[in-house]
Amino acid sequence: MYVKRAPRRARLWRASLYVFLTTMAVLWLVPLAGAVYASFRPYAETQRLGIFSFPKTLTVQNYKNAWTQGGMTRAFENTMFIVIPSLILILGMSSAVAFTVSRFSWRFNVVLLLVFTAGNLLPPQVIFQPLFQMFKAIPWPDFLSDTNTGNLLGTKIAVILIHVAFQIGFCTFVLSNYMKTIPKELGEAALVDGAGVVRQFFQVVMPLCRPALAALATLEFTWLYNDFFWAVVLLNQGAERPITSSIANLGGQFFSDDNLIAAASMIIIVPTLAVYLALQRHFISGLTLGANKG
Amino acid sequence: MSTIGVAEPQSTETVEPEVAMAAPRKGRRRRYSQLTRGDKIALAIFAGVPAALHIAFVWVPAISTAALSFTEWDGLKLGTWKLIGFKNYWSVFTVFDGKFFPALFNNLILLVFLSGCSVVGILFAYLLDKNIRGTAIYQSVFYMPVVLSLAVVGFIWKGVMWSPRQGMFNVILGRTAQGDQIDWVGNAQKIFTFHVPFLDTPLGLSKNFAALLIAMAWRHIGYVMVLYLAGLKSVDPSLREAAAIDGCNEWQSFRQVVFPVMKPINVVVFVITVIEALRAFDIIFALKKPPGTQVLGILVRDNLVGEGGGKVGLGSSYGVVLLLLCLVFIIWYLVNNYRENEL
Repeated sequence: MYVKRAPRRARLWRASLYVFLTTMAVLWLVPLAGAVYASFRPYAETQRLGIFSFPKTLTVQNYKNAWTQGGMTRAFENTMFIVIPSLILILGMSSAVAFTVSRFSWRFNVVLLLVFTAGNLLPPQVIFQPLFQMFKAIPWPDFLSDTNTGNLLGTKIAVILIHVAFQIGFCTFVLSNYMKTIPKELGEAALVDGAGVVRQFFQVVMPLCRPALAALATLEFTWLYNDFFWAVVLLNQGAERPITSSIANLGGQFFSDDNLIAAASMIIIVPTLAVYLALQRHFISGLTLGANKG
Repeated sequence: MSTIGVAEPQSTETVEPEVAMAAPRKGRRRRYSQLTRGDKIALAIFAGVPAALHIAFVWVPAISTAALSFTEWDGLKLGTWKLIGFKNYWSVFTVFDGKFFPALFNNLILLVFLSGCSVVGILFAYLLDKNIRGTAIYQSVFYMPVVLSLAVVGFIWKGVMWSPRQGMFNVILGRTAQGDQIDWVGNAQKIFTFHVPFLDTPLGLSKNFAALLIAMAWRHIGYVMVLYLAGLKSVDPSLREAAAIDGCNEWQSFRQVVFPVMKPINVVVFVITVIEALRAFDIIFALKKPPGTQVLGILVRDNLVGEGGGKVGLGSSYGVVLLLLCLVFIIWYLVNNYRENEL
């Protein structure tokens, strides 16, 4: 059979497109690949032979050292203690607001959405000093935290609170756009059947929002996990800190050992990379839900 | 969506104009009365609690910062602040302080640079949209750095790329010998400088900040690419076909047809670029703030948390400057976003 072939110029163009994209992709992987490679080698060896040399020894010693010296068991616990409750609260609260704003006409709908969206874009450095004072002024029993100051400052609860307050802005924005696409008749039908607002929320709207919630959960997980600023500003140095900011401690103590730091970085990025690679579809739809204002 | 909304009332109007006119109004009023008291309380809680939390922990502090910028205070004890009017702003903008303009300039460089990166990201997205085999793989690779925290990105690059003795840059350049090494993170030497008439210190781009820019590009390009690629996928293909039939070349059809259709995404990309440039903090702070890499975010934080009580007033006025810069773009974004839809 006769198959029409693309003209020569077009084929050449396509070939160079592949060459370009592949070159860029390889370049993109260089820092990560280099970090993986360095993390398995003793520092003395790469110092002597350079990072491109053939390995004489491959060892997991850097990982062991990074884990123990960086206090990573504790740091991971701290991270989970902050991320999981924050995530649940953020998704729960923002769906509640989005539900109210998108399903019922109410005078302050637009104002509320404006305030939320704008708040989420504010630079955190600008709000932290008054926040610091507020947390210092809010009493909090010591037996519910690891501090002994009697207030919220320096506790992980404070970090959770600010994460929730900050991130509900973005999630409400995304979810309200999503909920607007659910036909109003569904809610009205439930109303006629005698379901109250609360039941409507839990049994009609929330189940339909599952894709959006999954997308937001993946996205927010990495954002909360990667948070550096609030942990550094609100928590004391050392054992209190979650995993991402704990690398700052390591960098200070072992300033010269680049391979140890590479190993620590690898440990830290494993959870987010795993979530990203496993749930890539959700991840990207979360971003685009935020960008594609309906 | 909008076409359906327009078409429906028209069609009912032709059949029975009176009913069509009255129905929506009645329906809206009735929906309110259908809510029981319990329902109304539930809705108030649904919207009220999160709103109160958000306002209390985001907007109240933002406004307090604005108020504190007119005071002198060490931040130790509430109520000990002293009102000093615009004095803090005076010291921010005059030469005495000497930190503000270099930091602002770095933010500006970052903004220009990240805008360039956004263009590259858009190019990547455009190329990946061309029916490439293995798009998903390319996409994953380019997007991977985005899921890493900028602080960790800083450390990875510090150990692998910038390290004077074994880093890739120096190895490739053959500058690993003792005394010949380039200290990528530590070198505050300026690449270029220029004098501004009313400033004592010349402004310029230091070498280590330029090195940091490369790492930030690594992360920013993938972010923009994914946002744009999703947008491109939703562009109606018949638009491009029409452009091709009309004799547009590749660039013309992108510039005249695709780019205008992508306006909502363009707005988001622009805002993300600006806000990222203005909020920059993590990577610089994680690398222990090497000299020459000051940005506004760092300046605000350092003035607020000093040893033995910070200069809260001065730090707050830096913060207000940063806030106002951000707000200009935030408001522009909101106006763009809500004009057609709600307002």
